[in-house]
Amino acid sequence: MNSLNFLKSNKQNFYYFLYLGLFLFSISILDVAINSFLKINVTSFLPGILSIFLPLILGFVGLNFIRTEYSGIKSLDIVNKNINTNNFNAILTLLIIFAIIKATPPSLSWMIFDANISGDTKEACTGTGACWTYVKVWFRRFMYGMYPNDLHWRINLAFILVIALGFFGFFLRDNLKKYLALYYVIIYPIIAFLVIYYLISGGSFGLVWVETGAWGGLSLTFIVSFFCLIFCFPLGMVLALGRRSSLPMIRYISIGYIEFWRGVPLITVLFMSSVMFPMFLPEDFFMDKLVRVIIAITLFEGAYCAEVIRGGLQALPRGQYDAAKSLGMGYWKMHIFVILPQALKLVIPGICNTFLALVKDTPLIFVVGLAELAGMLALAKTNPKWLGFAMEGYIFAAIIFWIICYAMSKYSYNLEAKYKTER
Amino acid sequence: MSEPIIKIENVNKWFGDFQVLKDINLDVSAKQKIVVCGPSGSGKSTLIRCINRLEEHQKGTIIVDGTELSENTKNIEQVRAEVGMVFQQFNLFPHLSILDNCTLAPIWVKKMPKKEAQELAMKQLEQVQIADQANKFPGQLSGGQQQRSAIARALCMQPKIMLFDEPTSALDPEMIKEVLDAMVNLAKGGMTMIVVTHEMGFAKEVADEVIFMDEGMIVEKAETKEFFANPKSDRTKLFLSQIL
Repeated sequence: MNSLNFLKSNKQNFYYFLYLGLFLFSISILDVAINSFLKINVTSFLPGILSIFLPLILGFVGLNFIRTEYSGIKSLDIVNKNINTNNFNAILTLLIIFAIIKATPPSLSWMIFDANISGDTKEACTGTGACWTYVKVWFRRFMYGMYPNDLHWRINLAFILVIALGFFGFFLRDNLKKYLALYYVIIYPIIAFLVIYYLISGGSFGLVWVETGAWGGLSLTFIVSFFCLIFCFPLGMVLALGRRSSLPMIRYISIGYIEFWRGVPLITVLFMSSVMFPMFLPEDFFMDKLVRVIIAITLFEGAYCAEVIRGGLQALPRGQYDAAKSLGMGYWKMHIFVILPQALKLVIPGICNTFLALVKDTPLIFVVGLAELAGMLALAKTNPKWLGFAMEGYIFAAIIFWIICYAMSKYSYNLEAKYKTER
Repeated sequence: MSEPIIKIENVNKWFGDFQVLKDINLDVSAKQKIVVCGPSGSGKSTLIRCINRLEEHQKGTIIVDGTELSENTKNIEQVRAEVGMVFQQFNLFPHLSILDNCTLAPIWVKKMPKKEAQELAMKQLEQVQIADQANKFPGQLSGGQQQRSAIARALCMQPKIMLFDEPTSALDPEMIKEVLDAMVNLAKGGMTMIVVTHEMGFAKEVADEVIFMDEGMIVEKAETKEFFANPKSDRTKLFLSQIL
């Protein structure tokens, strides 16, 4: 090791080494970039192997020159501390940078430069890149499923109303604030259900009836996720409390419920809800398939929520229970005012996790014939006129799911920060 | 002496096979101040936690203000509302401001109007000299301030009896005095108090009676002066020689 030390900078020649290192590092990056973007091999005059490894060697030497214990230059120290701590990490860093540079041009040209978006038919896609025409033509189907085209305004209006009602709680007058929880847990779901039922389903007020089989696409993803989210949370809360109850009956029922639903796969539950369940019902009793699916997912996810919330309840010190009891609070007052507000804060990350999983589980409802976003993609890619564009569709869906999920996790970070309490 | 406000007769309690309380007998009359001391694990905390039934006793009777505590006690919350308790770890509700900590139980348990509850809370907070911190959260206060807030919170329920479970044990030395001062003031106001503590100075100043417990039994029970001047049992003497 000592023999390498003459290559190490000291105080006198620090800047000399720094500039030389940066120069070598830039050359190595530049070489790979030219190679990748312009497809010119600058170092082709060198013998084969050396030509391939030259950027790696130059970059490695460069990073080795840059590396110092502590330079006082902030950005340099950050680099040294995080991606250039030793020779092995320096090589990993270089390889990752090279891989990114190598991968950028082909993916960019596939997604943008060689892609097509004009036209309305498959024949319009002449380039070697992606065929966004496919997504464009099918866009309405991906959003609204088989819902009649001229009635899409009803879905839009329903969503706007539901979102507006969701924000309504923020503008409540102060003296009504204490009913906020009541509003969100009971009143809001009911209103939202009525809005969606009457507007999207129709059948009254002069609106044409559209059966739920025709619903689909992203709007169905939203509808299923929305109702499952707002119903599974209170269910989970009740089960979590039940599992910790001192009454054996309630405790065992809760444990049994949770362990049952956690033990079966969601896909089985969905099959049961759509195939088996109607058999047990009286003949004249009809329950819509979508409603059955929503109930099934809610019951399923409720068990997961329960365990997450129980984790939060478990985390509270016993002193909080003692203090609440010693002030004369009964079971419900203690839980509503003291225990749950603290426990629910603690479980925001866990609940967010469960909710994200729920949103990403909704494509499974395809197995019972409901085609939400991913389901519509599966239908569209088998359309004889549009064969061979599955990739574009799935990338589109991935981007949309990513946006939804990222927004949800961002929101949960906000909630966490907002309700943070010091202990 | 008048009819005792707390009557404890032959109380026994087990945690599993381990007997924590053995045949405890204790009468406390109104306005009496009792200090309970003893080595750790002697059952002092368990005893006072039994008085507001945070722990259940298995044998014997405990009567608090005319209500017997048992499994059949329907209105255990009412009894608890009359018995204030202060804990070693303060146990303030960290998600509520000090003022809300103090008004929560009066509003929801005693159904007091919000305004009245707040006035009462401010009065109690002033008593413990912490009114200026009313809108802060527990996490922002020092240990001494938190414990004084906890005392105020208990007092807001206007209890007849106050229980203190080692109120100064979790505090830094320089904060112990401010909490003890608040307790001395409370004692002078005529509150019935049972205090588990190792602060013998406080015991000498305030207590009418001192109880020494060891291994789940009351080893010695005497008037304060008598207790410190000539303790009877050897165990008490040993304990006092170590602690004083």
